[in-house]
Amino acid sequence: MVLGLDFHVIWNNLTYFFIGRYPHGPLGGVGLTFYLAVVSCILSFFGGMILGLLAISRNRLIRYASEAVIQLVRGMPLLMVIFWMYFLYPALMGHVMPESQTVILALTIFTSAYMSQIVKAGIEGIPKGQTEAAISTGLTHRHTMLHIILPQALRNMIPSFVNQFVSLIKDTSLAFIVGVSELTHVATQINNRSLIYPTEIFLFIAVIYFIFCYAFTTLSRWLEKRLAWAKAI
Amino acid sequence: MLKYQFDWAVVLSGKYFDWLVSGVKVTIQLSAVSIALAFLLGLFIAVMRMSKVRPVRWIAHGYLEFFRNTPLLVQIFFWYFGSYKILPMAVNNWLVSTNFEFASAVIALTIYTSAFIAEDIRSGVLSIPKEQMEAARSSGFSYIRSMQYIILPQAVRITIPPLIGQFLNLMKNSSLAMTIGVAELTYMARQVESYTFKGFEAFTAATVVYVAMSIIITVVVTWYSKTILSPLRAR
Repeated sequence: MVLGLDFHVIWNNLTYFFIGRYPHGPLGGVGLTFYLAVVSCILSFFGGMILGLLAISRNRLIRYASEAVIQLVRGMPLLMVIFWMYFLYPALMGHVMPESQTVILALTIFTSAYMSQIVKAGIEGIPKGQTEAAISTGLTHRHTMLHIILPQALRNMIPSFVNQFVSLIKDTSLAFIVGVSELTHVATQINNRSLIYPTEIFLFIAVIYFIFCYAFTTLSRWLEKRLAWAKAI
Repeated sequence: MLKYQFDWAVVLSGKYFDWLVSGVKVTIQLSAVSIALAFLLGLFIAVMRMSKVRPVRWIAHGYLEFFRNTPLLVQIFFWYFGSYKILPMAVNNWLVSTNFEFASAVIALTIYTSAFIAEDIRSGVLSIPKEQMEAARSSGFSYIRSMQYIILPQAVRITIPPLIGQFLNLMKNSSLAMTIGVAELTYMARQVESYTFKGFEAFTAATVVYVAMSIIITVVVTWYSKTILSPLRAR
């Protein structure tokens, strides 16, 4: 008992917090949170790469169009993007998508816009001399990008990608709003059932989120230091 | 392809338009109150974070890490559903006597944003050359006074663009307040959608407002950096 709080409610529901009804039902809780974060992270890595490369295209029209898309998504709250997907997709496609896929789609679109900024900054951070040297050795623009610039730029982007993954873990909590039973949703369910332990429940999941996010934040800082060190020699 | 009948009049006039306008008002109120409080709290935490006293520094560091690495939604739920057990009775009574949903959202947004603002202010202060502090101290200013008169006025000027960026984030984050029933813009857009089934129109209207605000803020920051900040740096 700390501060008159009673943490039995956590202990009694521990497996539910971590894996939901799995293996007798769908995966939920922390497991689903991670599933959503990892899948959206992988997808938005590619999305961000494509958008970022389009945003530095030599074709002005492509550049402006992709910048407009990036600005539009970055100007919107994530919640709005989720609602758009939730209502727009069935109207456009004529069939309903499972909620978890709706959320993955929304998270991917949202995070891709932010990832594209990382990609853009990473590529612009590589000295111009590298491109010039590659072009004068006879490589085409495409090959220069693929074999000279991107490998170096990607390495520098790794810490930022990890930070973005931390944001994604936090952002998956919004899946709650469309009824996907990730950690926050599970917590509200248990809260609704037990009624008198909201402080304990929300404190507990805050700590769970914190442990995971802090671990990845620390990883990103460590990577940043290592990269700086690798560059210095 | 689409069998959807667009009807913009629904959201551009009458009752539903008024709903959206009131949503915009609440969003602006919520963001304005929270950013002002978050700035003060963030400034305080940043000064603590740079204190000479080790435990003070640790507390500030713990605060920063905890609130930056926890989802805002969970923090909102904590303050709305769970704070009554840890707050004193008098504070609880006062909170309930005001608009409790609004107050919880303000508390959560303020604390969450203050952690980010504190880091921005800290990196602003760190960008001020050490000699400034040394000169201030050797002319007889105390640590607090040197901060107050010499370092912070310069640091805040550098920190303005990231701070405005935080305001932009805060405005977007304030949409999460709808989960506890604060009738801000996203809440109202959803409300209009469920009353009229005109989801496209309602969400488009809300999106236009959000994106317009963010474009205005981005333009202001770019202008500020170009015309005010870069001449200062060049000097």
